[in-house]
This record gives sequence, structure tokens and C-alpha cells, in this order.
Amino acid sequence: MKEPAQLIHRYKWYEILGIYCGIFVFLSFVLAPFVEGFLVSLKPLSQLFSSPYRFIPENGSFAAYRTMWDSVPGFGRYIFNSFFISGIVTTVVLIMVVPAAYAFARFEFKGRGPLLGAFLAVNMFSGAVLLIPLFRLMRTLGVLNTYFAMIVPGVAFLIPSAIWLLRTYIMRIPKELDEAAYVDGASHFYTLRRVILPIAMPGITVVAITTFIGSYAQQFIFALTFNAKTEYMPLPVGLFAYFGRQEVIWNELMAASFVGIAPAMIVIFFLQRYLVSGLTAGAVKQ
Amino acid sequence: MHARRSAVIFAWILLTPALLYVCAIVAYPLVETFILSFTDASLRKTTNWVGWDNYNKIFNATFAEVITRTFVWTFFSVSIKMMIGTFGAAMLNSAVPGRALFRVLTMPPWIVPMAIGIFMWGWMYNGQFGMISGLLQRFGLTDSPIAFLAYGETAFWATVITDVWIGVPMVTLYMLAAMQAIPQDLYEAAWTDGAGRFYRFRRITLPLLVPAMITMSMLSLISTFNSFDIIWILTQGGPNGETTTMIIDTYRTAIGSKKYGEGAARAVLICIFLSIFCLCYFRVTSRLATGDKQ
Repeated sequence: MKEPAQLIHRYKWYEILGIYCGIFVFLSFVLAPFVEGFLVSLKPLSQLFSSPYRFIPENGSFAAYRTMWDSVPGFGRYIFNSFFISGIVTTVVLIMVVPAAYAFARFEFKGRGPLLGAFLAVNMFSGAVLLIPLFRLMRTLGVLNTYFAMIVPGVAFLIPSAIWLLRTYIMRIPKELDEAAYVDGASHFYTLRRVILPIAMPGITVVAITTFIGSYAQQFIFALTFNAKTEYMPLPVGLFAYFGRQEVIWNELMAASFVGIAPAMIVIFFLQRYLVSGLTAGAVKQ
Repeated sequence: MHARRSAVIFAWILLTPALLYVCAIVAYPLVETFILSFTDASLRKTTNWVGWDNYNKIFNATFAEVITRTFVWTFFSVSIKMMIGTFGAAMLNSAVPGRALFRVLTMPPWIVPMAIGIFMWGWMYNGQFGMISGLLQRFGLTDSPIAFLAYGETAFWATVITDVWIGVPMVTLYMLAAMQAIPQDLYEAAWTDGAGRFYRFRRITLPLLVPAMITMSMLSLISTFNSFDIIWILTQGGPNGETTTMIIDTYRTAIGSKKYGEGAARAVLICIFLSIFCLCYFRVTSRLATGDKQ
């Protein structure tokens, strides 16, 4: 039976050509803004604002990557804030999600299905719909214009997918392990801590990565609305303030953007295998 | 029996933190939005009950336009996303050298902070010096620069394209995973019977992808309907409100003008639409699930 499996993947030359053309067109669309953004960051300002349009920079330089630190004074701080907020969000999400996912994966109790559905329904509402009461809530708690104003709502909207992802992972761990521990007299808590947690570590890592990336990528609306202090702004909002000015220094803005996305890019290249499986896991299982 | 009961109690203890958190940050605000929508809450200290006033006030010609625009915006964005994503998945699913790299290259728009991707599009749409206008002029497709974000029509499509761009990686990887879940022996059987590549794609891949397509369209429908960042960064709903969707309109009313009551009424309408989408989603997916078992 090996034969067809091999022959089926043999392409004729024009098929290969067609596939590569298709991939080229597809990836051009996906990557065009990055290519253009990068080239812009290399162009001197005078060349940016000149007609006719030139795609490739003439005597391009990395000058913008130096000058941007002066033009966007808070830049280093914004990146730190982004990392700090995402780090705390990820930690809090994990603390709540690991036990909850274990409960959903292993225990049978009344209302389990509807409850899981209710958690997933949270995904349906964006923060934008709930902004008004959240704003009032943050004001009552007295956390407006602090890190908490961005962390607290951020966590809530990342919990559902994290539960779903980790639950799928834990369900794949053989149930016999729990039962064996139980027969040996281990308590539920001991089983979770000593049997499940170590085995589920890869799954927890995937959830941690996706949560971190999700939090890093989506710091906009809460930070825009609940925080007005420059020193607490995460990168997207910090750059947005810069973007909103009358005269945008585009090459520096693009340079700053590239420095800001570098961490995410590094993560993609080193952890992409985990990411793809993590991001699409819940999806196909359904 | 005793052991089972302790297990149930343990499960609830495990669930409590997450449950309480989501109740406090999502469920409670949801209820409060609903209540606020019947009041004239604003920055003033006093808040009065106004009944259906807020709802009566928003049902006018402008708002009807906003609703229509939101649906048109969402429809085009989701359908284009699905088409490009499925096309990309079909290409990436072929066994050609370099495909692992191509898959990785698909991901950046998804992983990168959304706002930063949108800044880049903001530059590309720049009329005087941006890439799109520049290339169009280069190839002689237009004589004068086009400032895409300055006119209602082009700004509308510009925001759609940016939303498509952000959503495509997720659709592509999802559809790719769904394609790879199709049993290989189906293709082998068809191959043995002499079916060509395109025929196999049309007769095996596409029909078996329908459930995944429906699931993905519903998921992107919900996220696109809720989309805020793209329009806010690119146009803030302008020019002349021609890219104002329901979310943008709600944000303007509630946060911009501080009319919490009227904003809440708009938010409630969004929730109603979203619930309808979700109901449809559950209906369809459960029907698909039972259909599989037959």
C-alpha cells in the first residue's frame, strides 16, 4: 500500500510551478506590510516624502533605529510595560486556568457542559461592549491609570480559550494514571500536583505561550480607555499616541514597530511547532 | 458514592477562582450594561431611570445606516478572509519543498501586536507616498495619488482589507489543520480510480471541509463584528462617519461623549446580534455533529 501514498504526492512540473505561484501571491499579501514597513524604516525621511514612489530605498541606513529613541522618549518604557503586563496576565491566567481545565477534563458533575459553554461564550463579547461598566468598575476599585486597569480586564478575556486548550490537552492524558494514584491512596489534590501537573507541563507551556502572545498582541482598547498615564502605556498605545500626531516621522515609527514586534517574531521562529498545534488544537477536535 | 461526592466538591473548588473572576469582569458588567441602557447615566452624579428613551433615541436614519454598514463590512471581510484563507491552506497543504517555512511565514499578522500591523497598513494607504498608491501610479493604473483613507468609499474597503489581513493566518492554519485531518486513504482510493488532482480536491477535500468552513466563518463573524482596533486606528470611524460600525459608534457615544446610558443601549443591541450569531452557530455545529454520526 506504500506505492500510491508516494505517487500521489508526485507533481508534474507545471503543477509545482502553479503551487509556487499561488504561495507567492498568498504570502505577498500576508507579508507586504512587513516588507514595506521594513523598507520604510531604512529610508531617510526626505526620500519617503518624495515622488515618484520608490520601493527600494536608495542609500538606506539604520539611522532611524538610533534616532527613534530620542523621538519616542518613552519607547523603552513602553516595551517594558508590554512585557510586564503580558507577564502578569499570563501568570494570573495560568493560576486560574490549570485547576479549572483539570476539573473540566476529569470530573463529572452536574452542569459541566453548560458551564464550559458559558465560559466559551465570553469569547463572544469583545471588551468594547463591556467598556462602560468596566470603566465604572475600575473607577470604583480606584485602579484607573494603573497597570491593574489593563491587567484585570485582560485576564478575563484570555481565560476561556486557555481553559479550552488545556482541557483538550489533559483529556489526552490516560485516565488510568489518576486511578492508579487514587488506588494508592493519593488525595485529589496530590494527584493533580504530583501526577497531572508534571505530565501536562508541555500543554501548560503551550497555553502560557499563546496567552502571553494573545495578551501582547491585544493590548489596545483597555489601555486606550482605562489608562492615560504615559509611564504605564504598553507599546501599541504608546506608538498610537505618536501615530496620531500631525507630522508622523514614518521611518522612526516603522523602526519602533519593528523593534516592538521582534520579541513576537523570535517566539514564532523558535516555538512555531508548539504554536501551530496549540492555536489549532481546540479547533479540529470539535 | 462518598468518593464521588468528594470528587464533585473538589471539582467545584478547582473551578471557583476562574468562575468568580469571569463573573466579576464579564457577567456582572454585562448585567450592568443592560441596566444602564435604561438610564441617563453620564458623568453627572445623579442617574435617572428613563425607560425605553435611549432605544427610541437611537433608532433613526443614521443608526440604521450604521447597522447596515456593520453587516456589509462584516460580510465582505469574513467572505474574503475565508476565500483567501482556504486558498492559502490548499497551497500550503501540497507536498512541495519549503512548505514548513511557508507555514511559519503565514503567521506574523496574527502574532504581531494588532495595532502595529495596522500602523503599517496606515502607511501603505497613505495617498502621497504610500506603497499602494505609489505602485498603482507606477503601473499607470491611476494618474494622481489616491488618499485611500480620505474618502468614504476607499476608506471602507481599506479597513475591510486590513481586517482580512489580520484574520487570514488564523483561517489558513485552521483550514490547513482540517485538510490534514482528512483520511489519506480517501485520496489513495480516488487516485487508484484515476481521479486527477483537481478532481480529488473538488470532490473529496471541499465537501469534507464544509463543517470546518462553517465553524471558522462563524468564529470570524463574531470577531469581525466586534472589531475595534482597525477602524479606530485607521480612520476613527471617519471620514464623515463612513467607516463607523456599531462598535465604533458605541465607543464614540460612551467613551467619547460620556453618554453612558445611550452607549449602553447600543452595546445591548450588539449583544443581541452576537447572541443570535452564537445561537445559529450552536445550532449548525450540533446539527453537523449529529449528521456525522448517522
